[in-house]
Amino acid sequence: MLILHCPYCGVKGEETEFAPGGEAHLARHGPGSTDDDFKSYLFSRKNPRGVHFERWRHASGCGKWFHAARATDTLEVYATYKAQTLAPPKQVLDIIAKKRPGWNI
Amino acid sequence: MSDAISALNHAQFTGFAEVEECGLQGMITLRGDLTSKPLIAGARTAGGRDGRDGKMPKMGMAEVAISVADRNGVCWMSPDEVLVLCPYDKVEAQLMALTTKLGKTHALAVNVSDARAMFRVSGGTAAREVLAKLCPVDMSPGAFKPGMFRRTRMAQVAAAFWMDDSEDIYIICFRSVAQYVFDLLKIAAQPGSQVGVY
Ligand SMILES: [Zn+2]
Repeated sequence: MLILHCPYCGVKGEETEFAPGGEAHLARHGPGSTDDDFKSYLFSRKNPRGVHFERWRHASGCGKWFHAARATDTLEVYATYKAQTLAPPKQVLDIIAKKRPGWNI
Repeated sequence: MSDAISALNHAQFTGFAEVEECGLQGMITLRGDLTSKPLIAGARTAGGRDGRDGKMPKMGMAEVAISVADRNGVCWMSPDEVLVLCPYDKVEAQLMALTTKLGKTHALAVNVSDARAMFRVSGGTAAREVLAKLCPVDMSPGAFKPGMFRRTRMAQVAAAFWMDDSEDIYIICFRSVAQYVFDLLKIAAQPGSQVGVY
């Protein structure tokens, strides 16, 4: 089970209070994009064994979307951070680098 | 006009804790910039909090007084939402007062009283235990304290609750699931089912 900290309401809650929203930081390719870009936006996901950046929503709580950096193999949550960003913030990457030496985004 | 009646009309249950549906309660959802002065003033006026320190409750907190004489308060719901509580028969007047204070401030204020139900669970640590059985929340006295406000799920439905100074717990849920929530609370408070963790 995951314990997630909601960066909007400060609640440290367990997984069932949240709703998963899939891979984070996808670039949206909409009308006018190439078929390849559109296809990869719709269907291609990293699905790594290890560090993963995800979107989550505090569904039964404050209702806000946020991001989580966690490990898919150990289920460790490295950090959660606000949704108003296009990429993981540096301090989140630093936390991961410390715990997973040699890991690259 | 017909009389307004709350979802379960003061239904009660006595197990190892007391469960009671609280009857009609005025509730106004207010969304907007919680640091905006007109919005703070409006929320405090409508929630009967005039003459206090003039601030919004902090993140995860509520300032509520429920008694025979008082049914007022302001609860922090999210970074852009508060729930204003007031007596049911005053809700339209309070909403008007709130809207007046808001003026041209970008905000949304709606009377949601009839869309909600409210319960009280009392019995000190027994009440904590009833909630702990139903919600993924640390209800130990060191973690959940009077004045705190928590939105979470209660078994399968959304709920929000706070604790007052006498450690009674007040729960708000949607009116459509009032019976479900009452049944949950009754089962969790069943005589003989006390775990005694707190
Ligand atoms: Zn939250």
